[in-house]
Amino acid sequence: MSNTITFTIDGVEVTGQSGQTIMEAADAAGIYIPRLCALEELAPHGSCRVCTVMVNGRPQAACTQPIAEGMVVENETEQLLAIRRDIIDMLFVEGNHFCMFCEKSGNCELQALAYRFGIAAPRFPYLFPKRDIDATHPDIFIDRNRCILCGRCVRASRDIDGKNVFEFVGRGFDKRVAVNAEANLADTDAAVTDEAVNVCPTGALLKKRVGYAIPVGQRKYDHKPIGSDIEKK
Amino acid sequence: MSETLASAIREIAQACGNDRSRMMDIVEAVQAKFGCVSSEAMDLIAKQVSTHRVEVESVVSFYAFLSEQPKGKVVIRLCDDIIDEMKGSESVAEAFRQELGIDFGQTTPDGVITLEKTPCIGMCDQAPAALINNEVITYLSGDMAREIVRKLKKDPDPKKLIGRLGDGNNAHDLVRSMVHNNIRLAGEVVFSTMASGAGLKNALAMTPQEVIRDVKTARLRGRGGAGFPTGMKWDFTRQAPGDKKYVLCNADEGEPGTFKDRVILTEKADMMFEGMAVAGYAIGADTGVVYLRGEYAYLRALLEDALAKRRNAGLLGNDVMGKKGFRFDIRIQMGAGAYICGEETALISSCEGLRGDPKNRPPFPAQKGYLGCPTVVNNVETFCKVARILEHGPGWFAKMGSEGSSGTKLLSISGDCAKPGVYEVPFGIKVREVLDLCGAEDTAAVQVGGPSGQMIGMNQFGDPICYEHLATGGSVMVFNSSRDVLKIARKFMEFFVEESCGFCTPCRVGNVLLKEKLDDIINGKGAAGDLDYLESLGATVKAASRCGLGQTSPNPIVTTIKNFRSAYEAKIKAPAEEGLQPTFDIHAALSTAESIAGRKSVHT
Repeated sequence: MSNTITFTIDGVEVTGQSGQTIMEAADAAGIYIPRLCALEELAPHGSCRVCTVMVNGRPQAACTQPIAEGMVVENETEQLLAIRRDIIDMLFVEGNHFCMFCEKSGNCELQALAYRFGIAAPRFPYLFPKRDIDATHPDIFIDRNRCILCGRCVRASRDIDGKNVFEFVGRGFDKRVAVNAEANLADTDAAVTDEAVNVCPTGALLKKRVGYAIPVGQRKYDHKPIGSDIEKK
Repeated sequence: MSETLASAIREIAQACGNDRSRMMDIVEAVQAKFGCVSSEAMDLIAKQVSTHRVEVESVVSFYAFLSEQPKGKVVIRLCDDIIDEMKGSESVAEAFRQELGIDFGQTTPDGVITLEKTPCIGMCDQAPAALINNEVITYLSGDMAREIVRKLKKDPDPKKLIGRLGDGNNAHDLVRSMVHNNIRLAGEVVFSTMASGAGLKNALAMTPQEVIRDVKTARLRGRGGAGFPTGMKWDFTRQAPGDKKYVLCNADEGEPGTFKDRVILTEKADMMFEGMAVAGYAIGADTGVVYLRGEYAYLRALLEDALAKRRNAGLLGNDVMGKKGFRFDIRIQMGAGAYICGEETALISSCEGLRGDPKNRPPFPAQKGYLGCPTVVNNVETFCKVARILEHGPGWFAKMGSEGSSGTKLLSISGDCAKPGVYEVPFGIKVREVLDLCGAEDTAAVQVGGPSGQMIGMNQFGDPICYEHLATGGSVMVFNSSRDVLKIARKFMEFFVEESCGFCTPCRVGNVLLKEKLDDIINGKGAAGDLDYLESLGATVKAASRCGLGQTSPNPIVTTIKNFRSAYEAKIKAPAEEGLQPTFDIHAALSTAESIAGRKSVHT
């Protein structure tokens, strides 16, 4: 069939369908490309850059780059692992992440990625930004200290919940996620049943009164590293 | 007040057809009328164009010239770039501070005057300069700053500050600015005389495919900096499926040290519009948009007048130059202070009334650009070149310049030289020849291509300026041996930190980290491994960033380490005390701890 595309990832031949991104084709082939902003149910964003791969020798985001016949993709090279480690480090030092008492610990994708990459401490200096929290909503809690600006909540609220509760404001290092009200989440139509509340990869957007409900040992990443669900396919 | 605000917003939005994609026009109009886009205004605008409040906030918070907090009736924006600094902007800043009794970022207690700094406003050839509302004040001094404040306190009308007018169209009734063109070398292509319609007439006598063929034969490449072959870009756009296509002109020159487009817009706008019409015919578009940087708002009336003249002459509108069925018109879209909007997909976002975030590629603008339609985006200078190629033929153009870089290039030259200004030179000219032309002496370093380009030393002054060797969108900054290259690099890094859109991690965070480490080195806290750290971090930012900004933003550091390594090494010392890293000042840390604890340390 003409819509079947064959290419390689680290020398392994992969077959995908025309219109797929590198990440989609790799997932289907059981090859894990690390990611943070990408989520299967959401439109690709291309912002975290953790999924950077080499395509015919040029860096591209696997989550947005479509596959093409004969393309040569590199995924697990020294250079790419170093780039990804740097980006994960950057996300840690950019915010204020305290894994040891975070409700999301063990279920956090940022933390799980750091473990997968063997990061014990970031190589960059902490930037200690002043970020605010929003506890006004009866059922949902925002802690911007832990936000990595992946835009999952923005996309889920807009594209799945049809609400546009969240959006980015500011630019550069001052960029942050704002809510569709003058200041408080309580003044929006956000509901605890919104998909936007489920998609946060870190502990920036949490449901109230369910923190630490899952015992240590049963959390998502307690036994297997992030990405192993894709790799076992 | 609320009634006034509500009715004014209703009027403004209705004038824009309550069209959400015209958000920039709406918020700019509200900002101009009320001095801010307040929280209440955001609600009203959102209702009026049927969008969400946070979407309006998202746009307003992105652009430097828009603000939620009220600003003074008069906003003084002092240009803050390296060239202005070299020409004495710090004493001007001090004079403004003293005379106004406020610091930068503040507004006088009576709410009349706001004092701010802003990145390069495109006046490096007449620095120090400032924008006061839309008026440009050049060749500033401390005394002038004090005089300006005294005048503004009496009469807060910046127009009345303009005394002596500049040359050429700067003195035009629709401009009346004190800006000088400083055209030092008029070349054959842009700065020679062209009759309106001379290029377009020839284009319309050909098929669109033939026009594209001529642009390809001329080997024209984009003049904005990236250097993509123009004819190829047009071909992709022409072939892309879609009935509606657009021609966008990038007049958002924001690369520090660039001002050549300012001079084209002042003196040769008609030629640029002609090039846009040629592009419209070639790709099958009926609409052109000029994205004009907010700093050049003082030129808007002149540009509108040039458009009106072309309409009256039948060079725009229906059946252009009598060509049945070819309709083309141009509108001007104002920017609002965001360097990133010079990136073509960010420019498209801004034209669509969004934050100036670049878009993911693919799809490329040629396939899916402005409002989802196939779009050509070219630089001001590129369109001028197109008009002349069509007038004189591709052979005439291709025989100028060098093999891979045909034609002429406009350079904006500033810094330590006797004759800063705009030079139209053939591609392939050597750096040394450029330095001779502009009267530079004792030159130690040249920044070619602005902060996103490269800083070169004397050993490269024999290299040619062209796409294959030293590429530039036009910025050439000259530094003599008294300048500190590390401090120049820091100034450029501050610029990128300020102007990063923040969309992707490496650019948003990486540039901050690069700048902090450079600060450490400049402040005498450099450690042995710091150059490796800067180089590896720089490599990550360049490789992983999503758009051209992040892919080039480490260049000030990367190219100065490459070409001026000894300047860094001189700053990096061995640890001051046994076992201590120079980045850590134990005495400062102890005294902080002591002040918190409220008692002296027993360790002395």
